[in-house]
Amino acid sequence: MDRQIDQDRRKFLKTTSLLGGGLVLGIQLSGCESSDNPRTTIKNMMTAQQQEQQSVDAAFFPNAFLRISADNRITVHVASSEMGQGVMTSLPMLIAEELEADWSMINTEFAPAHADFENPKSGRQITGGSASIRGFWQAMREAGAVARDMLLTAAAQTWGIDKDACYAKTGRVYQRASDQHLTYGELIEKAQYLPVPKSPALKKPDEFRIIGQPVPRLDNKVKVTGQAIFGQDIQLPGMLTAMVVRCPVFEGKIKHINAQTAKNIKGVIDIFEIETGVAVVAEHFWAAKKGRDLLEIEWNEGDHAKLDSDSIHQQFIQSINNGKVIIDRGNTKKILNLNIRDASMNHTSTKQQTAAIFETPYLAHTCMEPMNCTAHVQKDRCDIWVPTQGQEPTQKTGVKITGLPKEKVFVHTTFLGGGFGRRAEQDFVKDAILISNRLKQPVKVIWTREDDIQHDFYRPATYNRLTASIDKNGKPVAWDHAIAGSSILHRIVPFAGIIFRGKDDTSTEGAANLPYDIPNFKVSYAMVNPGVPVGFWRSVGNSQNSFVTECFFDEVAALGNKDPLKLRQQLLSKKPRHKKVLDIAAELSGWGKSLSEDHYHGIAVAESFGSFVAYVAEVSIEGAAKHEYIKVHRITAAVDCGIVINPDTVIAQIQGGIVFGLTATLHGEITIKQGRVEQSNFHDYPSLRIDEMPVIDIYLVKNAELPGGVGEIGVPPIAPAVANAVFAATGKRVRKLPIHLNKLI
Amino acid sequence: MTSLNVNDTLYEVDIETDTPLLWVLRDIIGLTGTKYGCGVALCGACTVHINGKPARSCVTPLAEVIGKQVTTIEGLSKNTLHPVQQAWIDEQVPQCGFCQSGQIMSAVALLRKKPHPTDMDIDQAMKGNICRCGTYQRIRAAIKKASTTSPGKS
Repeated sequence: MDRQIDQDRRKFLKTTSLLGGGLVLGIQLSGCESSDNPRTTIKNMMTAQQQEQQSVDAAFFPNAFLRISADNRITVHVASSEMGQGVMTSLPMLIAEELEADWSMINTEFAPAHADFENPKSGRQITGGSASIRGFWQAMREAGAVARDMLLTAAAQTWGIDKDACYAKTGRVYQRASDQHLTYGELIEKAQYLPVPKSPALKKPDEFRIIGQPVPRLDNKVKVTGQAIFGQDIQLPGMLTAMVVRCPVFEGKIKHINAQTAKNIKGVIDIFEIETGVAVVAEHFWAAKKGRDLLEIEWNEGDHAKLDSDSIHQQFIQSINNGKVIIDRGNTKKILNLNIRDASMNHTSTKQQTAAIFETPYLAHTCMEPMNCTAHVQKDRCDIWVPTQGQEPTQKTGVKITGLPKEKVFVHTTFLGGGFGRRAEQDFVKDAILISNRLKQPVKVIWTREDDIQHDFYRPATYNRLTASIDKNGKPVAWDHAIAGSSILHRIVPFAGIIFRGKDDTSTEGAANLPYDIPNFKVSYAMVNPGVPVGFWRSVGNSQNSFVTECFFDEVAALGNKDPLKLRQQLLSKKPRHKKVLDIAAELSGWGKSLSEDHYHGIAVAESFGSFVAYVAEVSIEGAAKHEYIKVHRITAAVDCGIVINPDTVIAQIQGGIVFGLTATLHGEITIKQGRVEQSNFHDYPSLRIDEMPVIDIYLVKNAELPGGVGEIGVPPIAPAVANAVFAATGKRVRKLPIHLNKLI
Repeated sequence: MTSLNVNDTLYEVDIETDTPLLWVLRDIIGLTGTKYGCGVALCGACTVHINGKPARSCVTPLAEVIGKQVTTIEGLSKNTLHPVQQAWIDEQVPQCGFCQSGQIMSAVALLRKKPHPTDMDIDQAMKGNICRCGTYQRIRAAIKKASTTSPGKS
């Protein structure tokens, strides 16, 4: 890069990097103290931000990902959204490692929507696919190394000595020959006029001093004191609160609104129709809620008014034989002839063949923080404060609705009260921008929990038919997995080529890549889109397919009288990373050894997002007859996610993945009746609670493989590990989620 | 105008007294540490203390707290961290953090009543608080830690 371009670019970074006049959201070392009057806290924050602007103007911006101030503070511009996965700590760790930073001087800010912050893996500024570390692993370390190199050059020039005679350590540059040193803050003035080095040398893994350490999260203090700002917590001068009432039937439209009584509610300001539903705008949440409850809306329910779970089930059954071939190795057709087309039959077997039907339900995300978004559309700019997984799509939504150029649409990412895939969507963003665009006032749209559960993009329900055959030694020789289910990609990119070919990788992941060495292997997929909106749900297709394949694998093992662990080990000889986590989990759990009375083990392994996880679940059946329930006592986990950035975060994500997956295993089910979602809140869509929490033991494999994903990998193998343990306990197979003990056959 | 005592500060609020305390705190007074998660006392994210006892502010009308002392996460401990908050940091409990205000308020109330709770006590006192990130194992550890670091206190 030539010098002038360098200078222009960095000037540009300064102007785009601060959040264009909004609230700075992130963690500041010198954060303002809380005031007794919270209203003035906001004003104080604004003032603090103006002061910050001055320090920003003087700061050193080696690249988009960080700036260093004269007071030695290093502010990392975090490109991914913090939704609990710890990325606000782990991404700065990558920079700090190469920068030789003093960790106690690290600040963070959530980055604005800008091409500089695209995830290199996806090419988009979206947090998803367990890709933050995988995508930024190289870029963030290079960002730190570039800065360190420039600071070294600046020090060498200051002292008039050779650069090799200097070294960097915990925020300072030292002379090798003496104790003389300069802090990074003292070097920024000189450093910012230096050319940016192209390919600075990166450390070798054995030189890491921050990567691999259980560094405490940077966001803990604000999260235990109530100071963390989530989307729900945004307060702006003159801000209104709104709700949007959507048609309870998917894709239904408004026929008639009677808002007369609702408008009489004190605090209700306006009620009008927008593209997504009926907006009830009020001074605050409770007035909006009261107004909403009095609103009379007549709906045109449309094509889906008669849709229900049974009719969807029938569509799956009718389509299962017409799937597109995803993979077809060897000759399954010749070997497998067991027929299980009768819908009432869920299992059949001969001496050498077995076939079964597996079903998984639609699931909602139920992020702890219901969907929300705040927007302020003005004549010449649009500000959006939002807990989002997608800054880039949010900015696009702003551009589309307001007609402003994208440079005038500012996305301010708050903390996310859970994401799980739901917050990559734009429906709640649209609500806020549409309303503010009309009123030209700041508007916060809050969804109720009922809105959140009934207007989600659901994890697709699936219907699976599996058939397998073993040889005379009990070894599986053929495996055929037919999947019928709704397609996420069909909703998102309906005109993509892959959709015309009837394929969707997000529906077949975890099935088409079955790790076991089985010579004849086929997976087919029948795309059925009955009208229920579907979306990305933590671990996506792996969440269903791991359950289906790992449970059926146990059935195949049983057909040949094989121990499910030993057969897995035998068929994973070419998959060392699968085998290793399996071996470790089995050993640590005491697989095959005696357990407490009436306790039983189940095992499962899964690869997803470039990482490998094996679980052994220990369960018992408790309670009197007819009131029996599953008690999950302990999960023993072995995890290989390559190089570990922050082991404590990885452990937290596995614990979280297990709980998320257990909720789906034991409780989660969205059902449809008359085109509506039947569930509405945590009473009929329950989440795992602390009294159902198993003890979790986690072993992290150490190796030098490139980092794999972490956020989603804990989910896939939990359902099959528990379901296989339930078989051990009851002698009955689990072929449908959630597990209902009284419905097992 | 209704007088309301929150975190030892008296507020005059101009709002109907059937408004749930949660929305008075969040939208009128501007204390946003107490969260909305379900609106029907099923998730515990809105837990505050009323006269020292845990309550779900999303279903507690303003009328019910007139003349009472309300404590929110912001008022749990001025200037320093409460031992339970410190234990939460020591055990690295929060993930997304959205439910943690409510979790901490429930835990403080439990420890006040039972300074050395058993696992069963913890289950009983904490099962009304949902955490979708799944931090329960760490919540259990943090409560036990707080019970040893501050016996009988708070």
